[in-house]
Amino acid sequence: MNSLNQITEQAREVMRRDTTWPFLVPRKRSVNVSKNVILYLEGLNVSFDGFQALNNLNLYVNDGELRCLIGANGAGKTTLMDVITGKTQCDSGSAWFGQNIDLLAHDEAEIAQLGIGRKFQKPTVFEAHTVFHNLELSLQGAKGVWRALTATLSGSERDRIDEVLEIIGLEKSRHQLAGALSHGQKQWLEIGMLLAAEPRLLLVDEPVAGMTAEESERTAELLTSLAGKHTVIVVEHDMEFVRSIARTVTVLHQGSVLAEGTMDQVQNNRDVIEVYLGEEA
Amino acid sequence: MSTVKTAAQPLYRWFAEFRQPGRGTSWLVGVLLVVTLAMSAANLLLPPESPLYVSTYTITLMGKYLCFAMLAMAVDIIWGYCGILSLGHGAFFALGGYGMGMYLMRQIGDRGVYGNPDLPDFMVFLNWQELPWYWFGMDQFWFAVLVALAIPGLLAFVFGWLAFRSRVTGVYLSIMTQALTYALMLAFFRNEMGFGGNNGLTDFKDILGFDLQADSTRVALLLVTTLLLVIAFLTSRAIVQSRLGRVIVAVRDSEARARFLGYRTERYKVWLFVYSALIAAVAGMLYVPQVGIINPGEFSPLNSIEVVVWVAVGGRGTLYGAIVGALLVNYAKTRFTALMPDAWLFALGALFVVVTVYLPRGLAGLFDRFTSKNAETAWPERAKESNGGLSTAEVSA
Repeated sequence: MNSLNQITEQAREVMRRDTTWPFLVPRKRSVNVSKNVILYLEGLNVSFDGFQALNNLNLYVNDGELRCLIGANGAGKTTLMDVITGKTQCDSGSAWFGQNIDLLAHDEAEIAQLGIGRKFQKPTVFEAHTVFHNLELSLQGAKGVWRALTATLSGSERDRIDEVLEIIGLEKSRHQLAGALSHGQKQWLEIGMLLAAEPRLLLVDEPVAGMTAEESERTAELLTSLAGKHTVIVVEHDMEFVRSIARTVTVLHQGSVLAEGTMDQVQNNRDVIEVYLGEEA
Repeated sequence: MSTVKTAAQPLYRWFAEFRQPGRGTSWLVGVLLVVTLAMSAANLLLPPESPLYVSTYTITLMGKYLCFAMLAMAVDIIWGYCGILSLGHGAFFALGGYGMGMYLMRQIGDRGVYGNPDLPDFMVFLNWQELPWYWFGMDQFWFAVLVALAIPGLLAFVFGWLAFRSRVTGVYLSIMTQALTYALMLAFFRNEMGFGGNNGLTDFKDILGFDLQADSTRVALLLVTTLLLVIAFLTSRAIVQSRLGRVIVAVRDSEARARFLGYRTERYKVWLFVYSALIAAVAGMLYVPQVGIINPGEFSPLNSIEVVVWVAVGGRGTLYGAIVGALLVNYAKTRFTALMPDAWLFALGALFVVVTVYLPRGLAGLFDRFTSKNAETAWPERAKESNGGLSTAEVSA
């Protein structure tokens, strides 16, 4: 009798009218940022063969913010990006995109479709395709195999590509093969590819590595203009560059957050001077 | 010098057009159709003593080459466009061939050596009393074709799904495909498998009621092969020129980037692998009635590696390069093995080394090098998103 009760109880639970079955909840939802925070990372731990890459890391990023992450080699910057984009599984902790999306429950492709774009450290574009086709492939929209077979560009998609070409300043090279672009142009193209996907959150890993002074100045302008509409997280070693764009800086050290604040606050922080800037001094 | 240049001009233009997606297609298709039709007419209409007469042996040889060309194209689709080097595509070819072989075997009926109306000769020889379950229905042509496509397709799907989902790439994947075809070869060598052991399936009599030895059947098989090769070529061309094709090339060049743009790259790879396996299976199905035998030797890893050499010689990532490469290398093989049978493998190895070192993009790359001098200004045009073909003026400009 007791077990029968249990079964009816379970059946009732399954048939509850005020909730939706988990498998019916759409996988692709728009992110809810009503609390004005777009990224919640709490208690993240990642270790590789005993090396603690992330150590109980907590980080909150506001919607529309431009955040710089700095830290020495091995501080966990790239690992953090890997966790956010689903490339690396974390051992414990939680990562939420807005209030409603659990990032740890999605894989790379899904996370990209949810609106998180990532630029790699080394500029990575599709070298055998033209600049135009690189952007076409990056457009937001259905990414399934059958859809791709029949896909044609709509007028608004064309406009979007033109718009992005203008933002990254590559209108003249639209029909050039991406492999033939200069290093700096490739970096911009990759940022453009992220923009074409209209992401909410942009993760940019060392955008000015290998750029000339003039190019990095333009990149700084580009990134600051993106903040507001998009949330941008920049990982960078070049302190000059960070100073030129940063509003809030987070310093990572040995897998956890060491300090957070404006550039001046961070530079005067005793811990930071000791472990990071201290090495240079 | 200038006279040489003007003389070479039409040749350059011809190469340039060949390289063009739209025009190259019509060129290749036209040449294939005209040549096979002319051969067929010469075989059927002319008397044997005529100097233009084409022997039935040549017709069958051409049909065989075209089957190989289709197989090479299947390899090119996944190797050239997606960077998956399959060293086991002969497995799908042979499975398709076995499907067709089973049908042809059942068509023999009671005309076999033992005169058993139901059982093929080798089963009578092995003292089997009844047909194994997987032979049922194979006497129906449509069912045999369906099975001959479904089995390789399913195998490719399962193999691809397991391999690509676990993100096995590069040389490890190549080795696994090689192991796959080797394992199948060992399995098909066993008499207990019910596929004729090491003798395979042979001694076929007729297909769809037509005598396989008749000239007209041979010619019809050649024409069907050409037609299916053309259809497969056009379909593949359409696929690689669609956005799907661009995603596939993107996966080849930077899989991580494609994945972080939201593409499920493993699904793209699986479906492309299945498509390629189906093309290979069709090639195998056309091959068996023309050569009249299918045995486990077709699963041999060496065969699959040879296909890769054809594609490398022709130039990968072009589709037409694979077809041209397969035709040329096989013609050379036929000639060479008649002169010096033992030296062929050395010649093949040397060819592969020479192509890899001096012509990394194969003969198609050579065409390109010729044409790019003349049509340098035209190349950026080619990449236009509208995909409109080049006018001849632009090519020769």
